[in-house]
Amino acid sequence: MKTIKEINEKIKRGDVVVVTAEEVIDLVEKKGVRKVAEEVDVVTTATFGPMCSSGAYFNIGHSKPRIKLGGGVCKLNDVPCYTGFAAVDIYLGATAIPDDDPRNKVYPGEFKYGGGHVIHELVAGKPVYLEAIAYGTDCYPRKKLATAINLKDINEAVLFNIRNCYQNYNVAVNLSDKMIYTYMGALKPNMGNANYCSAGQLSPLLKDPYYKSIGIGTKIFLGGGVGFVAWHGTQHNPSIPRKDNGVPKVPGGTLAVIGDLKQMKAKWLAGESMYGYGATLAVGIGVPIPVLNEETIKSAAVKDEEIWTQVINYAHDYPQCIAGSLAEVNYSQLKSGKITVQGKEVPTGNLSSYSKAREITEILKSWIVKGDFLLSESVAPLPSVESGYSFKPLKESPSIS
Amino acid sequence: MISRKIVLHFPQVLVDQPIVYKLVKDFDLQFNILKASVTSGQEGLMVLELTGKKENFDKGIEYLKSCAVLIEPLSKDVIRDEEKCTHCGVCVPVCPVDALVVEPQTRKIIFENKKCIACELCVKICPPRAMEVRF
Ligand code: SF4
Ligand code: SF4
Repeated sequence: MKTIKEINEKIKRGDVVVVTAEEVIDLVEKKGVRKVAEEVDVVTTATFGPMCSSGAYFNIGHSKPRIKLGGGVCKLNDVPCYTGFAAVDIYLGATAIPDDDPRNKVYPGEFKYGGGHVIHELVAGKPVYLEAIAYGTDCYPRKKLATAINLKDINEAVLFNIRNCYQNYNVAVNLSDKMIYTYMGALKPNMGNANYCSAGQLSPLLKDPYYKSIGIGTKIFLGGGVGFVAWHGTQHNPSIPRKDNGVPKVPGGTLAVIGDLKQMKAKWLAGESMYGYGATLAVGIGVPIPVLNEETIKSAAVKDEEIWTQVINYAHDYPQCIAGSLAEVNYSQLKSGKITVQGKEVPTGNLSSYSKAREITEILKSWIVKGDFLLSESVAPLPSVESGYSFKPLKESPSIS
Repeated sequence: MISRKIVLHFPQVLVDQPIVYKLVKDFDLQFNILKASVTSGQEGLMVLELTGKKENFDKGIEYLKSCAVLIEPLSKDVIRDEEKCTHCGVCVPVCPVDALVVEPQTRKIIFENKKCIACELCVKICPPRAMEVRF
């Protein structure tokens, strides 16, 4: 049994033992759980993939004369921001797109540029053009603003993603006879391809299935900088079916994360375009798991063949919100390049970059080993199985009564 | 020696003929079939990389034309912006000729331009739009 405090002392002394979520698998196979739990102090996990519920808020500073953007319109490189705050606070969502983007009017739309791309350019140090219209008040008389802004000159720039890091995800296929374009990528007719989106055995919440170590306040690698788990993510769903090893068989928990955008790197925040679907942001996240006991190591050493997920028909069942799985497959099968669904061999593609996730586990490891990154105690746990917390569908009612 | 990628359209009557074989035997050309298919109207389509001496190459092309094969150069080239590629791999099952494959050790996505037939399927579906068409 170790404590986070003791591990931090080791980090400061420079004798901490850190392994990646991949390395711990081999280590446990060679030495067994007990030995590894004694020897290893931290396991680094990571993921890098498109995460649509991402975005950033900014305080752009007051102009002279003052302008109140709240209640007005504000765009960054033509992409609309949310202005429903005070005078100069705005929030830009990853999927926001310019008003004149044709969207899916000419189907399938290209969605070449959106909020995710603006965030990427800002982080890359490029100037971005801000245009705003306000209604004007006695204390904020200005009604128009048009100026280039850049990340280093504005006040706060904070990445605040309300749902990232899904604990497991669906495999998407198309059983119809037409091509379909989804957030899981382009799906060829008659199960021409099967797309998945997870780093599997590297992915943070798959290595801490009951959220015993990852909680509110956990310090993380976020977009190349340092961030924190702010809350459980939206749609967090601990009460889902799990395998004996505790790993969910369907999408489970999620994280809301926050961090200073000014410290982040363009390489780890990439603007992306899902053909026929929309714009988004690919986010790189790394989470350290302190090894407090044998159970931590047992969970952290779960490997691809022990992580199972469901194959879902995105031509019908997913859009109609109908439950049902066509097959259960594991990440080792998915990574082999093909899976078998209803007797048919289907080639697989990943939306989430395994090689980038691996790179993040290595970077985080080096930060900890060098003493640049201390672990934080979580201040409150994420809702887990015993909480009964779950994710509900919308109850529609035609009127307010 | 020259090497060119060309697209051949065969009329129905020629689909069963050993035309490509003749290119090798009579004109000493090497070929690499990048793609071959028979379309619904029973017309044949083939994308070839043809390599050989310039004069033999020209004679081979003349021969194909005399057989009523329609020839187009594969003038487009698809390149990958290495800065933009995140090595996700969603393009892998989409590529019809295995020009995009996962390297099993590094899990990086290898793009083999030599195999590419510039079908552009990957260009649109690549999330960071790393694949670009050059004319
Ligand atoms: S889809 Fe694009 S980003 Fe992903 S591996 Fe292929 S080329 Fe690279
Ligand atoms: S354009 Fe893309 S999908 Fe088509 S052959 Fe070339 S690499 Fe493959």
